[in-house]
Amino acid sequence: MDMELLIKYGPKMFDGLLVTLQLVSVSLLLGGVLSLPIATMRLSSNKFFRGISYAYVYFFRGSPLIAQLFLVYFGAGQLRPFLQDVGLWGFFRDAWYCTIFVFSLNTAAYQAEILRGGIQAIHIGQREAAKSMGLGPFVTFFKVILPQALISSLRPYGNEVILMIKGSAIASVVTIFDLMGATKLAFSRTFDFEIYLIAALIYLVVVEIIRFIWDKMDRRLTRHLRPLSDQ
Amino acid sequence: MGELLGYLSFGPSGWGDELLAGLSITVTLFLSTLPIGLVLGFLIALAKRSPNPTLRIFANAYTTVFRGVPELLTLFIIFYGGQMALQWFVDLFSSGIVVDLNAFFAGMIALSFVFSAYASEVFLSALNAVSVGQAEAARALGLGRFRTMQKVVFPQLLRHALPGLSNLSLILQKETALVSILALDELLRHTQIAVGATKEPIFFFSIACALYVGLAFLSSLLIKQIENWTDRGQVRV
Repeated sequence: MDMELLIKYGPKMFDGLLVTLQLVSVSLLLGGVLSLPIATMRLSSNKFFRGISYAYVYFFRGSPLIAQLFLVYFGAGQLRPFLQDVGLWGFFRDAWYCTIFVFSLNTAAYQAEILRGGIQAIHIGQREAAKSMGLGPFVTFFKVILPQALISSLRPYGNEVILMIKGSAIASVVTIFDLMGATKLAFSRTFDFEIYLIAALIYLVVVEIIRFIWDKMDRRLTRHLRPLSDQ
Repeated sequence: MGELLGYLSFGPSGWGDELLAGLSITVTLFLSTLPIGLVLGFLIALAKRSPNPTLRIFANAYTTVFRGVPELLTLFIIFYGGQMALQWFVDLFSSGIVVDLNAFFAGMIALSFVFSAYASEVFLSALNAVSVGQAEAARALGLGRFRTMQKVVFPQLLRHALPGLSNLSLILQKETALVSILALDELLRHTQIAVGATKEPIFFFSIACALYVGLAFLSSLLIKQIENWTDRGQVRV
């Protein structure tokens, strides 16, 4: 391995990795919050709410993330007078905020579907028991339904985290210097192919670490669901 | 609004024909990647069940790598790495010739590697879902290894694999958009060109997104048909 290359571009790539992790964690968190109302609407008995949330999920899961990013990033410029009037231009002018915005909306759609699956998997008896104990719909949802839904959705959530880390490389296309962006910059200056392989290795290590943590977490959180011999 | 719709007309002033040409390249890329990815994925799944430990380790490493590295990075590695390898190979015979790796080809290879890594896991669990007794019975009837797979195991595992594979194929369809970065003239790239010329990003990128969604919708209808076909032997309740 070329040591000079590593000394020169190593720190830049490390900074890029931090940007990637920041981008992914902020988007996942915002998307997670947003997924709650979407999943609730998906399960609502109101036709209008169901229709809207279905269209939302279908759009964000049916079109490529990169096209969505282009739509907002380049589209914001066209809406500049309007955005300036409502005071949002400062937000959408910035590639970083645009990316967070699109990634959050995108992962919200995926997380809403995960959550919906988790909620639907819960036996109706849980809801009935909560009702018979006099719990209101709000407490039932947050204290009885949601905790159980989250446990059964743990694995799909882990997959979504990994998909986001991989998908976040797209941010480099709109001038964000995440790990992929830093790597592209280093390659354009050195034309050393090795730099791409190093980046691939870093992504791989990050993804495997997440997978490992998730496995541990899954085993710990579902220990009450397994037979004693398997603990 | 009328002016915007005018942009979609065909001919020298409109972008309708360009978008359609881009869409057809997107579909072509998808349709040429899918079979390679499926065959590769099935072979990797078989390798994971092989008694040969080297083969097993290779197959598992393949899956780990292509599922862990971002598709965009895989695309760059195949594109630039393939270019270098090709150049090196050509230089062995004659120097002075500069070769260019085709973006379509690089995209096809990269996307089928990624697709096959995920598909191998789907095939693996489908293989496990078919009872061992089926293969044993086929062998007892004197069918060879190939015939057993072809006539007995494969038709049964298809039904288990289909939901997973259809999910993956919808993902693949969206991933073709990444190849626009290598300047392949597919749908998203044509859209960017149209935006550059007309300064109407919202309109054109919305059209592109809608076309992708429409494509996904058509595919899901098609997949439903295939699922009905593979389920034709099942008892309906």
